[in-house]
Amino acid sequence: MRRSVQDIYENATDFLRTFGAFQLFFLRLLRFSPGILVSRFDLVVKQVYNTGALSLVIVMVCGLFVGAVLALQAYSNMSMFNAEDWTGVAAAFALVKELGPVMTAILFAGRAGTALTSEIGLMKATDQLSAMEMMAVNPVRRVLVPRFLGGVIAMPLLAAIFSGIGLFGAHLIGVELFQVDVGSFWQQIQLTLDIDDINEGIIKSVVFGVAASLIAVWEGYNTVPTAEGVGRATTRTVVITAIAVLVFDFMITAAMI
Amino acid sequence: MRQTRSVEIGTGLFVLLGMSSLFFLTTQTTGGDDFKAESVYTVEARFENVGSLRQRAPVTMSGVTIGRVTDVAFDPVALEAVVHFVVDAQFDRIPDDTDASILTSGILGSQYIGLQAGGSDMYLEDGSEILFTQSAIVLENLIGKFLVSSGGSDKESD
Repeated sequence: MRRSVQDIYENATDFLRTFGAFQLFFLRLLRFSPGILVSRFDLVVKQVYNTGALSLVIVMVCGLFVGAVLALQAYSNMSMFNAEDWTGVAAAFALVKELGPVMTAILFAGRAGTALTSEIGLMKATDQLSAMEMMAVNPVRRVLVPRFLGGVIAMPLLAAIFSGIGLFGAHLIGVELFQVDVGSFWQQIQLTLDIDDINEGIIKSVVFGVAASLIAVWEGYNTVPTAEGVGRATTRTVVITAIAVLVFDFMITAAMI
Repeated sequence: MRQTRSVEIGTGLFVLLGMSSLFFLTTQTTGGDDFKAESVYTVEARFENVGSLRQRAPVTMSGVTIGRVTDVAFDPVALEAVVHFVVDAQFDRIPDDTDASILTSGILGSQYIGLQAGGSDMYLEDGSEILFTQSAIVLENLIGKFLVSSGGSDKESD
């Protein structure tokens, strides 16, 4: 009995400690960010390429199919009310406000986040980070901050590409396949969608970008330096990012309504 | 050297694509503001009931958007709704006995102001007021009236 109470106590303090360390880590990254943006922008560009440009294919293909399936669903339901013209509106709202940022963040965690975690984790396992410290190079500043910033910059752009391609997919299904009038399809979108809706999507994608990059970098930096540890850290990146993104999504949506 | 070059080209392409998507989303999918005027004049109209008429609702004449509602307020003295809207200054020959009515686009669409030209020689100008107005048709009232009248006719036929 006493053992279990003590276990609970220790687990709780451990959790709090990890959580606090995570926040401090975030502040540390933020503190170095302006300096890196100015002095070593080339490192950030390299990471924008790694996380953003290399995720383009998966984001575009997924965006196309998500947009298309949204249009399919919207059309089959709207046609019950003879409101086929609203197919585009349904797809556009879902894409711009929800699925664009959320799906991109989850794809981002799978494609770029895991790469970041395993890269940093392997650097740690092979003592490269310690070697940097020996050479008086701060690994947080030199390795982690550019990767974090690269993800933060890439994520909103990826989400915008996802939504844009998704709308194209919705157009293919709605206009080309189901013969919804092209004029009313797009005009209905233009009349219904407001700049605030786009802004909501952008805010979400920025928040998700920070969350996904931060979690990926944190998990990499705190990897248990073994082969098994790197594998576990990579898994945790995807799991934690997915949960964080969906929780944040709910909170932002609730706040913006 | 070659490697940095391809990285830079890839990044540039990616950022360009992202920015153009953002641009597309913000400009092409929103607004639908088919009303852009260099100079405008403001006209006032009073309605008994504006329904769900809101700011930025279009003002049309013969189905063409010529203006936009700037504000909808309530006059506490006259107990009626006061609507101000702007009209593109190039349409400066609208008769001042023009009739304004609040219409609905489609059954469930948004409401807008439709102007029906009058026959006067005087034209609307900045600050003038439209005297002939027709309130919004509130669907609930219409259904209510329809139910009452159909109930009444049933009794008469008995």
